[in-house]
Amino acid sequence: MDGGYHIVVCGSIVPDPLQTLAPVEGPTGPSLKNEMMLPAVLDPWAGHALYEAAHLAKNMPGSKVWLVSLGPKQKLQQLMMSIAQKVSFELVVLDGPAGGFTDPCEVASVLAGGIETIQGLDRSRLLLFGGCASASRDAGVTMQMVGEQLGITDQFLGVDELVVQPDGTLKILERSEGGQYQVSVCAAAPALLAWATGNLPEPPNNPQIGMANMRTVMPALQKALPAKVGAEGVSFLSVELPKQRRETRIVRDMPPDEIAREIVDWIKG
Amino acid sequence: MTVERQTMEVDIACVGFGPAMGGFLTTLSRAMVDENGLPLLESGVMPGMPLQLLCYERADDISFGVSGVVTRARSIRTSFPDLNLEEIPLVCPVCDEKVLYLLDPLGASRRSSGIRMMDTFAGMLSDKKTCSYELPYIPPFLSKHEGLVLSVGQFTQWAGSRLMASGLVQIWPGMPVSEPLIEQNRVVGIRLADQGANKDGTPASGFMPGMDIRAALTVVGDGPIGPVGQALDRHFGFPEGNHQREWAVGMKAVVELPENCQLKPGTVLHTIGYPEPEIFGFLYVYPDRVASLGIFVPSWFDSPVRASYRYLQHWMMHPAIWPNLEGGTLRSWGAKSLQESGKRGEPFLVGDGYARIGEGSGSTNVLTGSGLDEAWATGVQLAEGVAELLRSGKPFSRKNLEESYLVRRRDSWVEREGKEAEKARDGFQKGVLTGLIGMGLTGMTGGLLNLGGHISRPYERIPNLEDFCREKIAPAKVRELLKEAVTKGTSLSDTVMDQLGWPQIPLDGKLLISQQDALLMGGKVQAAPGYADHVVVIDPKLCDSCCPQLCVEICSGQALTYREGGGAPQFDREKCVHCGACIWNCTKPLEADGERCNIDFRAGAGGLHSAEN
Repeated sequence: MDGGYHIVVCGSIVPDPLQTLAPVEGPTGPSLKNEMMLPAVLDPWAGHALYEAAHLAKNMPGSKVWLVSLGPKQKLQQLMMSIAQKVSFELVVLDGPAGGFTDPCEVASVLAGGIETIQGLDRSRLLLFGGCASASRDAGVTMQMVGEQLGITDQFLGVDELVVQPDGTLKILERSEGGQYQVSVCAAAPALLAWATGNLPEPPNNPQIGMANMRTVMPALQKALPAKVGAEGVSFLSVELPKQRRETRIVRDMPPDEIAREIVDWIKG
Repeated sequence: MTVERQTMEVDIACVGFGPAMGGFLTTLSRAMVDENGLPLLESGVMPGMPLQLLCYERADDISFGVSGVVTRARSIRTSFPDLNLEEIPLVCPVCDEKVLYLLDPLGASRRSSGIRMMDTFAGMLSDKKTCSYELPYIPPFLSKHEGLVLSVGQFTQWAGSRLMASGLVQIWPGMPVSEPLIEQNRVVGIRLADQGANKDGTPASGFMPGMDIRAALTVVGDGPIGPVGQALDRHFGFPEGNHQREWAVGMKAVVELPENCQLKPGTVLHTIGYPEPEIFGFLYVYPDRVASLGIFVPSWFDSPVRASYRYLQHWMMHPAIWPNLEGGTLRSWGAKSLQESGKRGEPFLVGDGYARIGEGSGSTNVLTGSGLDEAWATGVQLAEGVAELLRSGKPFSRKNLEESYLVRRRDSWVEREGKEAEKARDGFQKGVLTGLIGMGLTGMTGGLLNLGGHISRPYERIPNLEDFCREKIAPAKVRELLKEAVTKGTSLSDTVMDQLGWPQIPLDGKLLISQQDALLMGGKVQAAPGYADHVVVIDPKLCDSCCPQLCVEICSGQALTYREGGGAPQFDREKCVHCGACIWNCTKPLEADGERCNIDFRAGAGGLHSAEN
């Protein structure tokens, strides 16, 4: 494609999955205990989308990548310390809650509104990327609604691969049932791709990318638009952690078959 | 093999983000702009741009690691005169202090005749229910009156956020620095660790050689075991008479206290006497029923199988401590080496192109046991000196740094109090009682009187295992236990403790958990792929004759394990918490350098992964 793509990635923070999470009831509804203290990471699926975007941009001269992120400004700033070292992008910040106790439609409206403020965005070259779901809410509908609000009707969900073919069409692999892929060919942008894991590894940290990104990331954080997002009118009947059992043993020289047998017995028990 | 590396130029390259670097960057960033936010200091590498000030931190985030502290926070409060404590989670003014002498309710610990005399005396006055004696008087040098209990992790996160928001400083976590770049005895920058490497450092797929970051000034604040600081020590040596022979591993946890806990936020509890007389303990209470607690296992605890984790659990279960913890939940866990040589461990603080700050520069006060505020202060002092040099356009030569930074440091309370404290712990070389007397003497006389003495290297103190166990375990049994541990890859220290009379810990899955569960549930330890092993045995042949291997026993994360068939221990970097205890617990010195032992602690990513600390 002449002039490359304008790739807008929607992605925000989620609590680091290694942390111990506990729901608590607050004045405005449920939230996570000590959420502001917990380290945050870029939502894993959005992360894959971002890395795929960067990979595509690198191979399509003239392309540009934006990351549109709805979350508490202070936490996004922390997140940038790790993400901004990995791939080049321009940041658009929407300052609001990023927890899972929000309404996807409101989130989609805010994101779409944020995208519409991007100066110089060429809709004819627009590829809208995001995760197929988020690790916070996991509604699995937000990106579709963002796309609808922006008038993007070519939508692909659970994407693992995007290939720009020699004739400029987009060949897209979407996950379907039974471990199979549905292969589609999309004539051209604009299109929405909600990514699963893709096939790319996490990029290494690159100080030069970090340095270049910081020139735009800090001003973007300072210009953050306030975003009103919540779950007004929604009442949560209950919030609980999945039940879990845990037992850790270190063994040496145990054959894998025996380990597998022991694990199966433990699961059945 | 020569590897082509990319180069980037900055004005000032900083290694490690902890309290010292927080002090440095906070102070320097304020000097970079005027009251209207207009830049005052121009970059020498990007003319027209503000100073390019970059900081590289090894851990996955700047707040990771476990460390609760109590501090008088003098320098910190000077830096933030309008400090609003509510902005920082897990901070609380000190409201109550106690020092407890803990008696041994189990009769399992090793107690000298002097300690047994103390036990008798304390026993007469002790609270029988808690098996402890509260010191009626806390000497001024130990008191934390008007101080703060705080979480180092939360404090550094707060300080780091403010710095990032200023836009004047770039802080990059997840970027281990492997070494300084030294050309003709001048430090010209740093080299970042290679990514996409195999365990042995050879290139794997996606290999990206670490970039060389060249800078007119390199500021090293990578702590007591940081590879850059260690490399500088090896290259430039130590000032005459200085060395780093005194260490401790602090193993700590953050605990959610049970609902019925009576301890008030701001309570400071220090303990001596148990689980072994050499092991000191602490418990600091934050708001919202959260506490930071832990023990220190020192290099003068002369056990060939010293370990920390089980001792931590026994300490928690002491009758004076347990009623406050029973029913609680472990929130995080970790460990760290502490450099306890203090002023005597001070390396060359400046040289052409570099300056040292923080714990790795010997700033810890070994009498008061405080380091956070001292480290912050050294950062402030360096920043003031650097700003002075930048404003006058002078280069970062050793002479100029001596005249700007060193002068400030030598004239400060950090130096004054560090000098007073210098010999405070020397008495511990001869025993716990002597050590306590020595500390008291130093503390009460402001350092004028000390029980000084020769400081042994840690490996010189370790007794033979059979001799160590002789009173309670027959030599044949000791050999049997050793063989079993090495063959099965299990902990020898655990089995020896069993034989010495320490009961099994009743694990409850919430607070008292297995060491591996602590690693995973508490420390959330992980290590991203693509980095070489950072704990490396220098000469594997030396390990052939080493048994038991103290590096294996002391390893906080059980990352080092016995190799089947003997020889150098195996290392699993995914379990390493980067405490560095291995390097000073190795009992095999290098022939070329008796101050250095057979384990190299290099740049590595990952480790502890929790900000609740």
